[in-house]
Amino acid sequence: MTASRLIVIGGSAGGLQTILTMLPALDPQLRAAIIIVLHRYNQPQSMLEDVLAAKTNLSVKEAEEKEPLMPGVIYVAPADYHLLIERDHTLSLDYSEKVHFCRPSIDVTFSSAAAAYGPDLTALLLSGANDDGVEGLVDVHDAGGITIVQTPDTALVDFMPRQAIGSAPVDHILDAREMAVFVNTFSNGPGI
Amino acid sequence: MKHHIDEKEVNLLLNDVAGKYGYDFTEYAPASISRRVNHLFQADRFPSFAEFRYRIVSDPEYAMRFVEEITVNVTEMFRDPHFYSALRQEVLPVLATYPHIRIWHAGCSTGEEVYSFAILLKEANLLHKSVIYATDINTSVLEKGRKGIFPISQMQQYSRNYMEAGGLQDFSSYYTANYDYVKFREELAEKIVFSPHNLVTDGSFNEFQLIICRNVLIYFNRSLQDKVLHLFYDSLEPLGFLALGSKESLNFTSVAQKFRQLGNREKIWRKNHL
Repeated sequence: MTASRLIVIGGSAGGLQTILTMLPALDPQLRAAIIIVLHRYNQPQSMLEDVLAAKTNLSVKEAEEKEPLMPGVIYVAPADYHLLIERDHTLSLDYSEKVHFCRPSIDVTFSSAAAAYGPDLTALLLSGANDDGVEGLVDVHDAGGITIVQTPDTALVDFMPRQAIGSAPVDHILDAREMAVFVNTFSNGPGI
Repeated sequence: MKHHIDEKEVNLLLNDVAGKYGYDFTEYAPASISRRVNHLFQADRFPSFAEFRYRIVSDPEYAMRFVEEITVNVTEMFRDPHFYSALRQEVLPVLATYPHIRIWHAGCSTGEEVYSFAILLKEANLLHKSVIYATDINTSVLEKGRKGIFPISQMQQYSRNYMEAGGLQDFSSYYTANYDYVKFREELAEKIVFSPHNLVTDGSFNEFQLIICRNVLIYFNRSLQDKVLHLFYDSLEPLGFLALGSKESLNFTSVAQKFRQLGNREKIWRKNHL
């Protein structure tokens, strides 16, 4: 069975630090799947998955095309591809034009996750220096999902969270630890 | 208010286009194609889905625009330089043993990767006995490829990729710059045959020692991927090579047992002898 709930986390400059704070506080029995989209340089052998895996007991892996989203697994968008979610809860990769000069683009993943998961989705937008992800939050909200933005004062680079708060419907503004608590509750809460 | 075309409506359009024009996108992975259809719908400012659909069905010229816009044509020269050094080191020495070398580059888009490979062949002194069949579903990108004219703004990046791929020449010796564009040397284009081919509906047209198809299969669903991989299998000589994109794989496909992956981290497979 694929994961019936999904959390998508998008971040740019400073976003990794937020995620590293969140990860140890996540429930090791998490029943949702998590997708992380971070803007990163395209290097053939990236250490990102290892860096993340060191902070959690959940399994961490690079997202592969056609792979089903499984409960309790953290999927990381590969460098230089957009990551999309299909309605049958499998993953697709896409090497189309950059969006906001970014590939992977947070908007692309947020929007397709919204279409695939509707109200069973929470999107978290973290620290960053551009506005990729803001439009995606609108789509998540329109599809009935929950939108969360990192408290700007706690973000290393507060441009992205401030943009989101200024122009997207944001349900909650939380710091890293509060986000981890929210993710645990959302993942394992009633209705699953 | 933002108009949005849902997946059911996208399927209607894809069925229209397949039925009326013969371009079949119904077995493409839905999320990406939905995104591109929506992008076009918004860019061309249609007031409603019905008007969009009517235009596609009734205006063949616009239908061609639809086909060209929903297919992805992003590419670059020497993309993933390590892939090209693997080709140079592990595939070219084998190709060199053939009297005539036939290569099929499927889904070549505007041809940047085709010219990259032609440069590899040239440097291995194999170009004179090679032919590269470069195909794509989209005829307008083939026209660009045929011309071999690319924006000069990209050359710095391409030159860096070329060097990372083990290139030893001065990259700029392969083209002539003219204002904002460069034209690649005619001797490269002379060995490339650009021609339309639709992987969904067209069959095999030759036997090759190498097929390159990178970042095309990711847009297909599993059953279409399998179908195309069988087409590649049938179009390869025994011990021929199949090269895919850096996130594509033969693992878990129905041809997995018919190929062996080369012993490195690159996405290059070799067809079994029997």
